[in-house]
Amino acid sequence: MSTSQTVNLEKIQEIVERYGYDKSKLISILQDIQAVFHYLPAQALKQVAGYLKIPLIDIISVATFYRAFSLKPRGEHVATVCMGTACHVRGAPRILEEFERQLNLKKGETSEDGKWSLETVACLGCCAIGPVVVVDGDYHAHTTIRKVSNILHKYQK
Amino acid sequence: MKRLRKFKNVEDLRKTIQQQEATRQQETKKVITVSSGTCGQARGSQKVIEALKKAIKAEGLKDQVILRITGCHGFCEAEPNLIIYPDRIFYQKLTPEDVRTIVQETIKDGRVVEKYLYRDPRTKERAWYENEIQFYQKQKRIVLGDNVFVDPTSLLDYLAIGGFKPFLKALTEFHPEEIIQTVKKSGLRGRGGAGFPTGVKWEATRRSPGDIKYIICNGDEGDPGAYMDRSVLEGNPFRVLEGMMIGALAIGAREGFIYVRDEYPLAVRHVTQAVDQLYRTGLLGKNILGTEFSFDLHISKGAGAFVCGEETALIASIEGRVGEPRQRPPFPAQKGLWKKPTCINNVETWANIPLIIQNGAEWFSSIGTAGSKGTKIFSLVGKINNTGLVEVPMGITLREIIYDIGGGIPEGKAFKAVQTGGPSGGCLPASLLDLPIDYESLTAAGSIMGSGGMIVMDEKTCMVDVAMYFLNFLRDESCGKCISCREGTQRMWEIVKDISEGKGKPGDLELLEELALATKDASMCGLGQTAANPVLSTLRYFREEFEAHIYEKRCPAGVCKSLIRYVVIPEKCTGCEACKRACPTQAIQGTRKDVHLILYDKCIKCGACLEACRFEAIEAQRDEAIIIDKEVRL
Repeated sequence: MSTSQTVNLEKIQEIVERYGYDKSKLISILQDIQAVFHYLPAQALKQVAGYLKIPLIDIISVATFYRAFSLKPRGEHVATVCMGTACHVRGAPRILEEFERQLNLKKGETSEDGKWSLETVACLGCCAIGPVVVVDGDYHAHTTIRKVSNILHKYQK
Repeated sequence: MKRLRKFKNVEDLRKTIQQQEATRQQETKKVITVSSGTCGQARGSQKVIEALKKAIKAEGLKDQVILRITGCHGFCEAEPNLIIYPDRIFYQKLTPEDVRTIVQETIKDGRVVEKYLYRDPRTKERAWYENEIQFYQKQKRIVLGDNVFVDPTSLLDYLAIGGFKPFLKALTEFHPEEIIQTVKKSGLRGRGGAGFPTGVKWEATRRSPGDIKYIICNGDEGDPGAYMDRSVLEGNPFRVLEGMMIGALAIGAREGFIYVRDEYPLAVRHVTQAVDQLYRTGLLGKNILGTEFSFDLHISKGAGAFVCGEETALIASIEGRVGEPRQRPPFPAQKGLWKKPTCINNVETWANIPLIIQNGAEWFSSIGTAGSKGTKIFSLVGKINNTGLVEVPMGITLREIIYDIGGGIPEGKAFKAVQTGGPSGGCLPASLLDLPIDYESLTAAGSIMGSGGMIVMDEKTCMVDVAMYFLNFLRDESCGKCISCREGTQRMWEIVKDISEGKGKPGDLELLEELALATKDASMCGLGQTAANPVLSTLRYFREEFEAHIYEKRCPAGVCKSLIRYVVIPEKCTGCEACKRACPTQAIQGTRKDVHLILYDKCIKCGACLEACRFEAIEAQRDEAIIIDKEVRL
């Protein structure tokens, strides 16, 4: 995903139209936009504000309240470390530190080359197989500090 | 799969159910049931399924075997697993390579392959059948049990286990008031956490004035460590939807919403498919089965906010707004979604409804304790041998769950605490292991039932670290509306963080308690009102551990990084160099077969050496340097 990707305005309108220009569907609209662009481009939010006839600030407040939304472009690969209680007692904080070290990123950051984003999630609900890490939608069970470099390697091509 | 068609009327559906049930009962083929929920898939169930399909084809058994891909079987530790019916042979921890042997030996020749059977770690005996496995004994799986019998993407499969009979019963034999009375009499209480009597909530919503009413299924299972709702939505979505349809009949709602966490993609997919099938067969929409009853169901995806599990915040979120709770009253039963009377119940609560209608209130209330009826699903996770979802009758003791079902603590370590109720709950110590679990007993002990997370902690878990973990979670998830919650969780976190870093001072614990009570008293919603529980309960039962951190600058469990350093125990070190290879900062010195040494100026305390060592030769010890430093400063 390059940061300079231009926002396809027709795509935005198509999404808003799908929800009948209904402002109560704002969260679904933002989810669909994020599914297309992997983040919420500022230009898209302005468009949505126009289509739904609500102030941009209201859209920003929703977009920043919910954790699932990102206002910044995310990396080509996204590593998400689960910080749930079960993962925590099995060592998730150390797994996160190892990812931070290996990727040279702090949680919530995206690398400058746009390759990697490192994120955390409150709980994925796979507590039995923790510590869990999800990379690009693939679940990695029973992660250990030593497995981290192997996991990253798989996606570094 | 057979094409679904629209059911013309009540009789048509009734007949189809009978046919499906009969076909299922007369089935002579062997059925291979593969567990493939999110956990199963993460452990490779999809590859096992592919291999199974190939092996069945290769052995020419296509017409003799039914392959059923189901949701979670509950025994997550044993994923990927499969059960072969009618014998109920349980094979576990499978790889795609194992499958060929199973198909050849068990399906074709009828022999059990011993090595794939579950082996009881205590008796060393292999269990042939599912019901011989210790994990499943003592459980009462009235809600979860059907997961193994249905393909969650098939309405016909659900009909084959008698699905929608309860709905037909409610539709044709019950007056709405009678449904409510049945639910009231059953004693069912909300499974989301607070335990409010479900029937009373339904009645209040029904009696609220107004023609337009809504029902909502709260699937925003935000408690870290709890995943039973995900498993039910993934594994048996039709049961939840049927529960909602019965609720809609009783309450007089024509529209309903299912709010599912965005973090549960498989649950969202299965629920979406199920709703779609119900529309296609005419079980949702206008004039269902040609009757007066019309009901529309929508799916709302959450967007990652814990507070949205609170009912008024959830309603705000469905309305497309920021998920901030509001003052109650008015309760949602009076003024909920779009200011209309709204009944919100949790996934597990809805899933119990069809069972109560089908089997009667007396059947349900015969399970459980005086005040808490039925079963409860717990996710038994953390430092426990048999991790998984367990469904038990209310009133069972913690000891029975942890030791009899859970098989105790791994690696022979000692039990320290069990955390129930997520961030709103608390940590209970070993002295309470014989506590019978119900809503009241858990509250009296300083925890709550919550949605059913049960995280077991062993001697290597630091309770200060656990308190800090929950406070960090809560300060992050507090929506910020009430200052008591927003600032209270933040300040409590700062104090506990200081304690964990060896910067604790005398008076900190008293200040914590004061803050905790203020946060509890002055906050509006459940998040703030219960935010103090993790702190208060750990202080109540593990105060000496906090004191060790404050006064001795010592973390007894060896977790708090600032207070420990890793050392090599010379007597145990074999010089295998495993730790040396694992160390990311080259902080370990030593040649092969010689005792290794950790260089403290290079060590970043990542714990990689501890994880790598197979001889328990690395230990976290009190960092003397810190103590001297701190003592000087004190």
